[in-house]
Amino acid sequence: MKPLAMTKLSLRNLFKEPVTVAYPVIPREYFPGTRGRILIEPSTCNLCVICDVRCPTKAIKVDRKGQTWTIDRLSCIQCGACVEACPRKCLTTGNQYSEPMTEKSVLVVPIPFVPPPPKPKPPAKDASDAKDSPV
Amino acid sequence: MSERTVIPFGPQHPVLPEPIHIDLVVEDEHVKEAIPSFGFIHRGLEKLVEKKDFNEFTYVAERVCGICSYIHGMGYCQAVEKVMNVEIPPRANYLRVFWAELSRAHSHLMWAGLLADAFGFENLFMQCWRIRETLLDVIEETTGGRVIFGSAKIGGVRRDVDNETLKRCAAKVASAAVEFEEIKKVFRDDYSVKSRLCGIGMLSRDNAWELGAVGPTLRGSGISTDTRLEGYAAYRDLSITPIVETACDSYARCMVRLHEISQSLDLIQEVAARTPEGPVFEKPKGYPNGEYFARLEQPRGEVIYYVKGNGTKNLSRFRVRTPTFANIPALLHMLQGCELADVGLIVLTIDPCISCAER
Repeated sequence: MKPLAMTKLSLRNLFKEPVTVAYPVIPREYFPGTRGRILIEPSTCNLCVICDVRCPTKAIKVDRKGQTWTIDRLSCIQCGACVEACPRKCLTTGNQYSEPMTEKSVLVVPIPFVPPPPKPKPPAKDASDAKDSPV
Repeated sequence: MSERTVIPFGPQHPVLPEPIHIDLVVEDEHVKEAIPSFGFIHRGLEKLVEKKDFNEFTYVAERVCGICSYIHGMGYCQAVEKVMNVEIPPRANYLRVFWAELSRAHSHLMWAGLLADAFGFENLFMQCWRIRETLLDVIEETTGGRVIFGSAKIGGVRRDVDNETLKRCAAKVASAAVEFEEIKKVFRDDYSVKSRLCGIGMLSRDNAWELGAVGPTLRGSGISTDTRLEGYAAYRDLSITPIVETACDSYARCMVRLHEISQSLDLIQEVAARTPEGPVFEKPKGYPNGEYFARLEQPRGEVIYYVKGNGTKNLSRFRVRTPTFANIPALLHMLQGCELADVGLIVLTIDPCISCAER
């Protein structure tokens, strides 16, 4: 049993640089894989709604008529299910956390997706063919 | 004979990170009886299994507890995988052990800091949390999260970690292990630590067994048991010796946890060196139909997961028996006869996690 077992460690701390970072003067460096917040590249999104369906907390809403992609960052749990499911790879997980909010709000992103024109219908068969065809 | 008084302890108390209320029946300064009450943070997570898809429920299982979150997710996945007869790729098993041991080491370091803080040793508290920060960085680098790992997935793990990153993380853990040995020396030798912990909160070997204690609480009373010896995940390939202390007091429980930190840090390095190449995910087919009990070793002791599927996307039953719940009878026994000033310390020595216990 020693009375001053901590002394060596404490004295060393006096002459060492602090371990903590002087945030916010020195911003914290995140790792490349840190799950901060979900980001979208609107130009590649085709409003397929898979992210909407897969989101376990229903934080993502996709409006195909209004052409918007909406995320409630306070509900999002950064699980990455939407990023994994996105077929066009337009969703990514950014390593910065979302900004603090003073009131509840959602982020609405307009999607400039133009749906392809409907395929032309195959030409209707001639009336004579219809007559010849068995009933 | 002096008068008996009931003194409420908690739910808000400086030594309690989470709310539990104990009515202490005291006579002079000695506790004669302790009556617990629960339910302050019951969230009904087990019931949610009827509404959530069995894959989505992994996220809920991870949120049963904020400290041992990964092992909760892993336990749930393990139980569902057994029901669905899914064989996990070896690399996924090794990664699971890598994260489970990180989870154990950071949980114990957090506990050691809280214990030091509870007996007024703030310097030691900060040193413990400084080392824990290194482990949290490793967790963030490999999983993307600091508290919720989000890496558990039915059929394997959600993300792979390349071998370079594993080696870099193992080097960080090795340096943390060297620093931790100095901290451990303080816990082992310091006069104030020993005078505060030795001979306090006695739990004999027989009582620990009869009251159903688990984990470090049981091992601190001289009983050698560890669920990791069952060989789940990659533990079957690793040699694990249960850490046992025989003094049966708070100091013994403290030393068990400190030795377990060293053991976990060694295991992390071993796993990082031995992780085989290969895929990390095997897609399960169909829906779970059947039931299974999965047993795992959490930082606080043995945890049991029960899942029952009925062939649909929702499980019909999910149940967790958490280690804190199993340790409560042992805690109440320890509190009988102790001094009022020691109650906070004794409660801490079972490492209570009330979020787990109440779900």
